[in-house]
Amino acid sequence: MFNASLKQLSIQLADKKVSSVELTKEYLQRIKTLNAEYNAFITVNEELSLAQAQLADQMIASGQAGTLTGIPIAQKDIFCAKDWLTTCGSKMLSNFVSPYDAGVIERFNQAGAVNIGKTNMDEFAMGSSNETSFYGPVRNPWDVAAVPGGSSGGSASAVAARLAPAATGTDTGGSIRQPAALCGISGIKPTYGLVSRYGMIAFASSLDQGGPMAKSAEDLALMLNVMTGFDARDSTSLQRDEEDYARDLEKPLLGLRIGLPKEYFAKGMSPDVERAVEQALNEYRQLGAETVEVSLPNSSLSIPVYYVLAPAEASSNLSRFDGVRYGYRAKSYGDLNDMYRKSRTQGFGAEVKRRILIGTYVLSHGYYDAYYIKAQKVRRLIAQDFADAFKQCDIMMGPTSPTVAFDIGEKSSDPIQMYLSDIYTSAASLAGLPGMSIPVGFGDKNRPVGLHIIGNYFTEAKMLNAAHQYQQATDWHQQAPGNIGI
Amino acid sequence: MQWEIVIGIETHAQLSTQSKIFSGSSTAYGAQPNTQANAVDLALPGVLPVLNKGAVERAIKLGLSVGAKINSPSIFARKNYFYPDLPKGYQISQFELPVVEGGHITIQVNDTEKSVRLTRAHLEEDAGKSLHEDFHGMSGIDLNRAGTPLLEIVTEPDMRSSAEAVAYAKKLHSLVRWIGICDGNMQEGSFRCDANVSVRAKGSDILGTRCEIKNLNSFRFLEKAIDFEARRQIEILEDGGTIRQETRLYDANKDETRTMRSKEDANDYRYFPDPDLLPLEISDNWINQLKDTLPELPEARRSRYISDFGLSDYDAAVLTGSREIADFFEETSAQLPNQAKLCANWVMGEISGRLNKEAIEITACPINPVHLAALLTRINDGTVSGKAAKTVFECMWNGELEQNVDAIIDAKGLKQISDDGAIEKLVDEVLAANAQQVEDYRNGKQKAFNSLVGQVMKATKGKANPAQVNTMLKNKLDS
Amino acid sequence: MTLSANDVKAIADLAYIEVNEGEVQATLSQLTDIFDLIETMQAVDTSSVEPMSHAQDVAQRLREDEVTESDQRESNQSVAPQVEAGLYLVPKVIE
Repeated sequence: MFNASLKQLSIQLADKKVSSVELTKEYLQRIKTLNAEYNAFITVNEELSLAQAQLADQMIASGQAGTLTGIPIAQKDIFCAKDWLTTCGSKMLSNFVSPYDAGVIERFNQAGAVNIGKTNMDEFAMGSSNETSFYGPVRNPWDVAAVPGGSSGGSASAVAARLAPAATGTDTGGSIRQPAALCGISGIKPTYGLVSRYGMIAFASSLDQGGPMAKSAEDLALMLNVMTGFDARDSTSLQRDEEDYARDLEKPLLGLRIGLPKEYFAKGMSPDVERAVEQALNEYRQLGAETVEVSLPNSSLSIPVYYVLAPAEASSNLSRFDGVRYGYRAKSYGDLNDMYRKSRTQGFGAEVKRRILIGTYVLSHGYYDAYYIKAQKVRRLIAQDFADAFKQCDIMMGPTSPTVAFDIGEKSSDPIQMYLSDIYTSAASLAGLPGMSIPVGFGDKNRPVGLHIIGNYFTEAKMLNAAHQYQQATDWHQQAPGNIGI
Repeated sequence: MQWEIVIGIETHAQLSTQSKIFSGSSTAYGAQPNTQANAVDLALPGVLPVLNKGAVERAIKLGLSVGAKINSPSIFARKNYFYPDLPKGYQISQFELPVVEGGHITIQVNDTEKSVRLTRAHLEEDAGKSLHEDFHGMSGIDLNRAGTPLLEIVTEPDMRSSAEAVAYAKKLHSLVRWIGICDGNMQEGSFRCDANVSVRAKGSDILGTRCEIKNLNSFRFLEKAIDFEARRQIEILEDGGTIRQETRLYDANKDETRTMRSKEDANDYRYFPDPDLLPLEISDNWINQLKDTLPELPEARRSRYISDFGLSDYDAAVLTGSREIADFFEETSAQLPNQAKLCANWVMGEISGRLNKEAIEITACPINPVHLAALLTRINDGTVSGKAAKTVFECMWNGELEQNVDAIIDAKGLKQISDDGAIEKLVDEVLAANAQQVEDYRNGKQKAFNSLVGQVMKATKGKANPAQVNTMLKNKLDS
Repeated sequence: MTLSANDVKAIADLAYIEVNEGEVQATLSQLTDIFDLIETMQAVDTSSVEPMSHAQDVAQRLREDEVTESDQRESNQSVAPQVEAGLYLVPKVIE
């Protein structure tokens, strides 16, 4: 049951082979047993989950069920969910029970899905290893010495350890794709504007985008069908016709032109990752696709640009955490300014404070043009590179992460090394393009390798098709870590 | 040395929308604390702003009314600073590309006309309020006002006296109400002015160091604060000192300005385009639609009153001081062709005086233009004297006899005696009874004539037509 | 450019983050490394490039001017550190 796809679970629920309450209880039990090992969840709330499961069973009984009705879904703790503790991985929000639902949460609720718990994450989504969480590091189910990646590390770990059939994540510079790669699961960051950001605690507004994490491309498609859609409360939400992201899954790949950005295959990628990626590309060629070399000449600048723009937006977005209306307030303080300073200094962790300082600096008087405006200009060049390259190909592929999962503690004292984990993913974020990662084998220490697929705007169905066809021909996505007790 | 005062004004006009600029909360004044502050206004984690169309429309209307350029795209920016009444830790405002750029407002001071150039007008959100009553040594924060739409209207440093500054502020105040974008309620803070004041040697074309005086919420305070501040700066300069650029507060009780914060303390606001809001595009089509909804503007009406009605500059300016007064005047005069001056006198005299005295707006005036026109018609046709008309006015104001002019005249016996025979009889009686005064008059004492007129009037209880009495007396005495 | 210890203190002040004397040097050296990485973007010629603020080239959508919210004070203030008489309490605000 824990390896079942969403479609299979949906059929079992519809056929009354299992009820949502039973399924929910099974997963809650599994989380109870294994969460101590992986630390994938920050909050589990049996009462709230089971109440939703009961509602789902009623929906099923009355014939109103949709594909995800009754299925437990883990929610990244960045999404505000009414009556749920919503911490964003921070001490700052360690007492914040959200009074409202995020747009994404509303959509899952309407679909009758069951919120099975809130997953651990890097504090305010700032990190690539899930080590910055106030709630402690998450462990990679393939090897508990390894990080799961971040910032959606809890969601990735939960899906890989089969603590949830699927989960939500958010991606600002790679936070869905990199942990999906490191945990051997599938994850997609859709085109910016497709998933509502309302109620998704902001890190960098112009880059943040929610998306699903699951065991397969098919599951991702079903999740996207629920998650995406216009939300009037988010000014950057796009008004588009509804689409079925599963519609093209079965299309053959004959003639698909896969662009291989030469910059992504140059130095930097470790040999074990390269081996797995090349093998996957061969598989694609056998499936009838052709590969063409393309170039993204400014891609090496995506990390510098990202580390100007994301911290700049974050420094402003996180100003609301001042200990006045909600969240952490220091226990003792002098005057008002002291209250602000102490609450923020004690409430935020080291990485968050570091990024607030970077962001404050690049926006400050005299530096704005040299950093912020400059970075926005290079951002346009990076986006233009993609536009040019997509004239020669339908989708692009490369490694998701330069290495397999590193050990917990290995990079935590070296911010630069940590930042470079997103070297292949941040460019697509800057351009607002959809990107996904699927498992394509194993590298050193038998840790998973992810293939990065970048699509043009609004071509999620095509990307999912490419991923699904690969997953029909291979079984990497079906492999589960050996020690998770199934 | 001769000094010249240089003044620029920044006005925050609260836009008269139903809901806030970035949320669906009500902007109604006076609600219980924090009952009109929703998740967005409180900046709960994850919330996002969505721009209110009504606020943009009002900004465009102002731009159209002052001959400004409407920018498209127009961009919203974050102004970052920490303050407990600012929930997000930044204010959404505009920096580059405000909705309104340029334009001008014409003012009249001492019969001279002057054009004050506007730099820009931009949309922004208001902050909440800190209440300083003592809560165990703490302050209380009410965020009902947070997110209320404001239009900040900024002038060039074009004014040269407090009188010009006040004339500008009054003109702008009248304009925003005229075009219906702001209720102009200064007590409730819907229209607040900051004045940038500097002084320089007369004839110099270099601007002196300026001080900004914040939150002047009446025209009188604006005037007094500028006068005080200019004197203060001149005294410092005459003593050989220099002016420190700073923000100052006007203390109305002491009639002085004092330092609020110096330039050195000024925040680095780290303006940058708000990534949660997209470029605002304003199509020509939209602008034209709004143009069609604008009423005839005060300047246009003023010229029309002078050219079509033959009113004086002064009368035309006073009548166009507010749209409601101008409408009242026009509705009255529409019923009394060619009597614009009479109508103007009554609207500016009796009506305005009485409204002022009772501190009510013309929209709440108990006498409407139809009633007033009926009364003026009776003055015009000689039915009542001007004096009696004031009594009728009083009765109408109090709602007597359903405000029927003729019924009031009858009931109060105010009808003017215009019958020659009746007046002649009374004149003869008065002449017969006052032989001494007749004698005096004939000996050249003009005073005696006035006394005789007075006695005739008294005998008619004031109802005779004074002009008629005059003529008749004169004829009889001089014959 | 070179970041100084004073810059670190100044931005920490602006951001209301305490960086105590003992942490200034360590913070400075981390930020300096990060800015060395960031500086690499200065090499690109962007003289004819427009800044890109948003991922999508879309205009701002507008909301009709309608009141859609009702009073949620009780629920919103249930997460507040300190409230009284419907007000959020903070250390005395001095103007």
